[in-house]
Amino acid sequence: MQHGKYRFIVGFLVAPLALYAVFVIWPFIQAIYYSFTDWTGLSPDFKMVGFGNYSRMLKDDIFWKSLQHSVVLVLVLPLVTLGLALFFAFMLNVGGRRRKNAAVAGVRGSGFYKIAYFFPQVLSIVIVALLFQFAFNPRSGMLNSALKGIGLDNVQPDWLGDPNLALICVMAVLVWSTVGFFVVLFSAGMASIPKDFYEAALLDGASRVTTFFKITVPLLWDTIQSGWVYMGILALGVEAFTAVQVMTVGPGGPDYSTSILPLYVYQTAFRDGQAGYATTIGVGLLIVTMAFAAIVMRLGRRERLEF
Amino acid sequence: MKATETPPVVAATEPAPVSKSKPPAPGGKEKGSEGQVLNVFSHGVLIIWAILVVLPLLWAIMSSFKNDDSILSTPWALPDKLHFDNWSRAWSQAHMSDYFFNTILVVGGSLIGTLLLGSMAAYVLARFDFPGNRFIYYLFIGGMSFPIILALVPLFFVMNNMGLLNTRHGLILVYIAYSLPFTVFFLTSFFRTLPGSVAEAASIDGASHTRTFFQVMLPMAKPGLISVGIFNFLGQWNQYMLPTVLNTDPKYRVLSQGLVELANSQGYKGDWSGLFAGLVMAMLPVLAAYIIFQRQVVAGLTAGAVK
Repeated sequence: MQHGKYRFIVGFLVAPLALYAVFVIWPFIQAIYYSFTDWTGLSPDFKMVGFGNYSRMLKDDIFWKSLQHSVVLVLVLPLVTLGLALFFAFMLNVGGRRRKNAAVAGVRGSGFYKIAYFFPQVLSIVIVALLFQFAFNPRSGMLNSALKGIGLDNVQPDWLGDPNLALICVMAVLVWSTVGFFVVLFSAGMASIPKDFYEAALLDGASRVTTFFKITVPLLWDTIQSGWVYMGILALGVEAFTAVQVMTVGPGGPDYSTSILPLYVYQTAFRDGQAGYATTIGVGLLIVTMAFAAIVMRLGRRERLEF
Repeated sequence: MKATETPPVVAATEPAPVSKSKPPAPGGKEKGSEGQVLNVFSHGVLIIWAILVVLPLLWAIMSSFKNDDSILSTPWALPDKLHFDNWSRAWSQAHMSDYFFNTILVVGGSLIGTLLLGSMAAYVLARFDFPGNRFIYYLFIGGMSFPIILALVPLFFVMNNMGLLNTRHGLILVYIAYSLPFTVFFLTSFFRTLPGSVAEAASIDGASHTRTFFQVMLPMAKPGLISVGIFNFLGQWNQYMLPTVLNTDPKYRVLSQGLVELANSQGYKGDWSGLFAGLVMAMLPVLAAYIIFQRQVVAGLTAGAVK
């Protein structure tokens, strides 16, 4: 029987583990190794260059620019997205007209709002990015013609073509596509907070704004914190890469104003043929990701509230 | 406002409209109007965001029925007549049908593979004690937080050496491998919650471990499989970065790649209406499925974040 058990365990684990090792673990280990080489990716020959790539990276202006943009994304995206989502979720759950025997009530039609807000979450970020690329089009886009429509003929920004606005446009699109997910997530969390907490606070004369900061936010803290990590990984990962790659001119332009670390890794490897150096930048990205997660975990550590 | 000024019972139980019509204690009125203002305000804010979310989608649907001229000159105008030819042009000439076919094939294959391999690994990790169990579990979980782009450069060459580059089955294997971390994480905690007595009864009746898994445990895990299946389906259907790097053969392009390709080729073809038709074509099935399976989709997507 014991023999059968181990044969079963091995039999069930071998296929998933093999696949995972070959396509995920092994490339990660290789990436770290390649970051110390001058491999081009095109020829099979390469030699070790020690920390050469790393010192080159520290002197690379585009790397610093991309890092700066990535850090901005990591700071701004979670803040704006989670802030908006908390606000909307609070409005949905507590903003309703007061009914009999209930100190707080959800707004009417909250089900509809939740369905509509969640739409962008199921769409591919590619579709969203393409859609907004047109919306931002300076001549025939949705935004500028709307501005024209309300008489603002002189206010016709270049949006993605303006180095000062391009990154903000990218962030707006990412916020647009992720807020709904967190509204639904936080709503579910708020629905499980006992109504008497609000009742008691309102009886004691607290305003709704106070109840938001003193009851809702502390009791949702765990969810907010994991949302923070999730948004940060999104800002450093595939979603941000895709939005920039699809929407911006260059991509990463104009004038590197939207270049972010994942995009720079991609371009260095597959456009410039410098696979070794690209993995070095990738290791830099890994360090930023780890640092971010560690900081959030550290800052967010609070006593868990049971209710 | 102090609680002592107002008889608490009145403030809590009286519905806001009533407190307006017959003036109660001054404190009570103030409180009622605060709720009223908040109600109007929250509806206002919520409606604005709902419009911001839905409008771009409606605009895309509308544009897909217009001709190129009116898309460019009057972006907000309704179509003069429904140009269904945009759709047929996108479907056949712009190869949307091929992209759909490839996507369905790849996502179908990888979804089945992910669920099968993921549940096998999760089951063993959740229910059997053996040396290395924890290590393998954390090996899988760790994959959730690493930046994929770092692995992508070496992965390209791993695939190349194995002859899997630019093939559908290669893409399927990579999708499965990168979906395993979350799937294993989610299903392991799910299998832990299932009662052990049923599996014991099956083994007393002489069922082998394998048979117990497929005929007893897997059917019991159906709700978990549906949640994680929806999560993976959307992730894999919307995948852009992996195919962009690993699948550059135009024959095997998936939907997201096809759309970007379509958008890029518009630069010289000027077929905006066809592009909008393609976008909407890719968007509608997912949106429709979401509206029909709304509850399951939301549960599936938020389940991971709550854990």
